[in-house]
Amino acid sequence: MSTTLTPVLTANWDQPNSFTLDVYGEYEAAKKALGMEPDAVIQAVKDSGLRGRGGAGFPTGMKWGFIPQGDGKPHYLVVNADESEPGTCKDIPLMMANPHALVEGVIITSYAIRANHAFIYVRGEVLHVIRRLHAAVREAYEKGYLGSDIFGSGYDLELVVHSGAGAYICGEETALLDSLEGFRGQPRLKPPFPAVAGLYASPTVVNNVESIASVPSIIANGADWFAGMGTEKSKGFGIFSLSGHVTRPGQYEAPLGITLRELLDMAGGIRAGHQIKFWTPGGSSTPIFTDEHLDVPLDFEAVGAKGSMLGTRALQIFDETTCVVRTVLRWTEFYAHESCGKCTPCREGTYWLKQVLKRLEKGQGTEDDLTTITDIADNILGRSFCALGDGATSPIHSSVKYFREEYLKHFEIGGCPFDPKKSTLWGEQ
Amino acid sequence: MTYSPEVRERLERDAKEIIGRYPKTRSALLPLLHLVQSEDGYVSDDGHEFCAEMLGLSKAEVVGVSTFYTMYKRKPAGDYHVGVCINALCAVMGGDQIWEELSEHVGVGHDETTPDGKVSLERLECNAACDFAPVMMVNWEFFDNQTPESAKQLVDDLRDGKDVRPTRGPKKLCTFKEASRVLAGLPDDLAGDGPSAAGPSLEGLKVAKANGWKAPEA
Repeated sequence: MSTTLTPVLTANWDQPNSFTLDVYGEYEAAKKALGMEPDAVIQAVKDSGLRGRGGAGFPTGMKWGFIPQGDGKPHYLVVNADESEPGTCKDIPLMMANPHALVEGVIITSYAIRANHAFIYVRGEVLHVIRRLHAAVREAYEKGYLGSDIFGSGYDLELVVHSGAGAYICGEETALLDSLEGFRGQPRLKPPFPAVAGLYASPTVVNNVESIASVPSIIANGADWFAGMGTEKSKGFGIFSLSGHVTRPGQYEAPLGITLRELLDMAGGIRAGHQIKFWTPGGSSTPIFTDEHLDVPLDFEAVGAKGSMLGTRALQIFDETTCVVRTVLRWTEFYAHESCGKCTPCREGTYWLKQVLKRLEKGQGTEDDLTTITDIADNILGRSFCALGDGATSPIHSSVKYFREEYLKHFEIGGCPFDPKKSTLWGEQ
Repeated sequence: MTYSPEVRERLERDAKEIIGRYPKTRSALLPLLHLVQSEDGYVSDDGHEFCAEMLGLSKAEVVGVSTFYTMYKRKPAGDYHVGVCINALCAVMGGDQIWEELSEHVGVGHDETTPDGKVSLERLECNAACDFAPVMMVNWEFFDNQTPESAKQLVDDLRDGKDVRPTRGPKKLCTFKEASRVLAGLPDDLAGDGPSAAGPSLEGLKVAKANGWKAPEA
């Protein structure tokens, strides 16, 4: 096996009380960063090659560099901890076990972009994670790592943990900002981008939890250390989340560019007696892959070249007992439920996709319905403010591409050819 | 019905503390909606009015926001709000069967509460614990790797007043109202309870340790 795991953010998760400052240790990286020029911190993150871990993969240091300096406006850092993309389950255990890595990353990032107020916008449906965040922030204040004159540097920072209230759309950065301002979470038209007009129309950086939590390790160990892992354009490590029909599902932290075949070897393979049928490389909004794609390096470029996206490295694995039509229907119901309603193509399109897919799954459709759903998807893609609508089209297009015969089979026999009981966790007992 | 002077005074004290954390007051609206939910078990008419008064908004503006978010309930939730994930992966792994059997067992459907007010049910979208599928939540605490039997037992225990322990969370479940207070930004002292991480969260680290794999030295 060529690639090995590289635990950094997950390295302390098996320690009792890893979520406390006692076990996490002093904020040495933050101390080092606050002794540097802010621009040198931005440069280090640029040099590391870190790209956003929330799905889009935008270079993190470059995003920070877009914040205008000397503009006289307050700047803000907002951490996107609204992890809700189906399949994505890395930030929640990270904040549960290692919240101080995030808080320390917040201090370094805020200092670099000259922000004195930062927010962690965490989804509301994870109570214990929210407790751990509050406790970590309180500990950091008590130690003087937050508040005024941090490490005697003269730098001040306030950090607020803000709980959401159940809306996938708030993971979209501009919807998140509207929500944080106390409005319905609906996306804004870009430009202007948040770097120019974000929270309260001020320059704002919005970054994913894992991106920010990776920053202390870059400052502590150097940009070269981070860039030494991963592939040419996708540097560093990331948490890969395996779920579904896998012997040992879980969180595997590895350099970008590892393959699913390698990860499955580590996870004990597909559950005993079964074969892989389809999988998502990075959540439900990334087009599905099949067993043809086991050796695709899981980095931004290689996954993109094969017609999907690395997304959040949320590897949802389905074996041959799973009906692809049923799975796509459930994802589509999700998008229809979570569409905020602002843009007509997404609001109406997801609604109609759901109706047609329901009919298809029951075996009451016709081949024309396949044209209908791909037409609807074409009319959503690229025609709404944010990526939610685009994401809704990914499972449609990719499932019809790889599993057209399975859709047809539903009409031939007038129903679903699969027994849902066989796919369950207890299905083989 | 309006809040008694004592309740009102307490809520105002909490609300002012929360509002003080934000550069602009309206940002406190989501936390304040969680706060009134911690008083009433849902966002009541009084609750809407209270938020509007505290933030200088019209009631219509507040209702416009609260109705957008699924965690704000428009009628009283149970003391124990039980969610079953029915998003694709959990559904396939057994969430669909859990929901069907549980809903029939309890005798209420999506967003409905038992007549004794103890349990309400909700069909949940993805709760970010896919490696623990099928997943259930009670008052937003994790109940991992559920089966139809464990789900029914869980709800029976809740209705019988027995102690129930989340898979990754505090030793004891708090009520829906108590949970809402934490969400408002007024945490209890339970953060230290429960494991750092458990089960699938640790699989990768275990493999790395067994093979002596580490991130490179700096």
